[in-house]
Amino acid sequence: MEKQSIDQLKQICSQVRRDCLRMVHAVQSGHPGAALGLTEYFVALYFNEMTHDSKFKMDGKGEDMFFLSNGHVSALWYSVLARSGYFSTEELGTFRKLNSRLQGHPATHEGLPGIRIASGSLGQGLSVAIGVAQAKKIDKDDKLVYVMMGDGEQQEGQVWEAGMYAAHHKVDNLIAAIDYNGQQIDGPTAKIMDLKNLRAKWEAFGWDVIEIKKGNDIESVVNGLAEAKGLTGKGKPVMILLYTEMGYGVDFMVGTHKWHGVAPSDAELENALGQLEETLGDY
Amino acid sequence: MEKTLDLKYTFTEKKDTRSGFGDGLLEAGRKNPNVVGLCADLIGSLKMGAFQKEFPERFFQVGIAEANMIGLAAGLAIGDKIPFTGTFANFSTGRVYDQIRQSVAYSDKNVKICASHAGLTLGEDGATHQILEDVGMMRMLPHMTVINPCDYNQTKAATLALVDHVGPAYLRFGRPVWPIFTPADQKFEIGKAWKMIEGKDVTIFATGHLVWEAVVAEAMLREEGIYAEVINIHTIKPFDEAAVLASIAKTGCAVSAEEHQINGGLGDSIAQSLARNSPAPLEYIGVLDSFGESGTPTQLLEKYGLNAENIVKAAKKAISRK
Repeated sequence: MEKQSIDQLKQICSQVRRDCLRMVHAVQSGHPGAALGLTEYFVALYFNEMTHDSKFKMDGKGEDMFFLSNGHVSALWYSVLARSGYFSTEELGTFRKLNSRLQGHPATHEGLPGIRIASGSLGQGLSVAIGVAQAKKIDKDDKLVYVMMGDGEQQEGQVWEAGMYAAHHKVDNLIAAIDYNGQQIDGPTAKIMDLKNLRAKWEAFGWDVIEIKKGNDIESVVNGLAEAKGLTGKGKPVMILLYTEMGYGVDFMVGTHKWHGVAPSDAELENALGQLEETLGDY
Repeated sequence: MEKTLDLKYTFTEKKDTRSGFGDGLLEAGRKNPNVVGLCADLIGSLKMGAFQKEFPERFFQVGIAEANMIGLAAGLAIGDKIPFTGTFANFSTGRVYDQIRQSVAYSDKNVKICASHAGLTLGEDGATHQILEDVGMMRMLPHMTVINPCDYNQTKAATLALVDHVGPAYLRFGRPVWPIFTPADQKFEIGKAWKMIEGKDVTIFATGHLVWEAVVAEAMLREEGIYAEVINIHTIKPFDEAAVLASIAKTGCAVSAEEHQINGGLGDSIAQSLARNSPAPLEYIGVLDSFGESGTPTQLLEKYGLNAENIVKAAKKAISRK
């Protein structure tokens, strides 16, 4: 796929947000908050940054590969995969329904193209991505591995096992990112289990850390990803602290954990869609 | 006692089953460049040192971080490698059940979870390390293959067979030196029970170290005019139901023998199969819903009723219930 311009990326973001809200609304279940917050990052990866082929190959040899550890952002991933040609956008209408390939949390079990491992139980994706990155090294494949985690997910111990390992083994073909929205199910992370200084923590573990302060500004995200890529191949894994706002793009959803796992009503959907232009056609 | 018995299988050498794994892994590495090894700070205990030395670029020291190891292995499998993870059975299963469930079994990754020091025969380290629930946990997982070989040769053969088997697998072995009574050149067929001794009065279905105890028990029973069939269930899942039912149709009763809780292990697999197809008396040899403790392997097998003498008693009881 050709790299899309900033204007094109913005248009895709608006459509992807519409998809996410319509998917969650249709089945009255799912996680709209973080999906809206991470839209720019996913769109930048799939439509601008990564070299990837929608004629999906599980082993991803010769391609950049993306892994989602905080699997509850599934609606976003499905929309982005469909919009980049992995499967038909019509299939988005089956999200979370019986006999669908679009399971509540991402899974390989039903054979959905674009998904390489199940996620949902938190803390596991970084380990998996590191394993994939090491397989690429064995194969002398110079493409990169990307992985996304939640900030609340940093409370899982396995994340730090993986962090220690990746630095020790110099897994420098890996770009991990943390969705730094400061929210988790029970409230703000600072109140539930304070993450304190994440940058210092990851640096102390031996990672190169960069911050994308405006994670909902597509240009900042594209530039941040380029900066991260420039740090690969230098003996250290790379971490992006991606500052986002949960619920971004919809005024009544933004900046609160309340929409973590709640679906909009008919009226709320109508209100939300009124704030997001239909750019590529609804599914 | 054993020396006076007319055993159908004999041995000249004893070795630990974990060495069968280590030697099998080295050979697997030589045969297939995609084989990779991971170990959580137990290279010596798992006998993975020779593989590490010969294939340093395909071996990953993970440190004391088993959850991470399972995830790494799943990732390596995505990249078309054939990962063999190594740690103690307790840390290979109970400690990382959710990682195995989501990243390996549900995701159907070609990961070989190789577990040493399983069961009571771990010995002196005691109950914290003597996992007796691992087979149950692993056989409950959809997609998972569960293998528990009986001696050095069979463990080596099973390790090699796993290289060509695509899908998640759990390979269970142990620490004690144990009679080598199966042939070095055996062909290991995953999922196919091995009838080691033909009989007519009772069937002893055994797995792991207790296959040897079953062989001894068969000779003891024969001295009393009881002819037991001995079937080596090295693969607990997929379960060779046809072999079990065929034997029961002939003998009419059975004993299961395993170094595991009676809940959830081989005995329960057999019971389920009998209940659904052709009910018959079944006596369990296994640990009766308790934890283990420190002691020598022989002392522990005796105290917890897992040796040949107890298999003999169970066989007679099963026959009496026909």
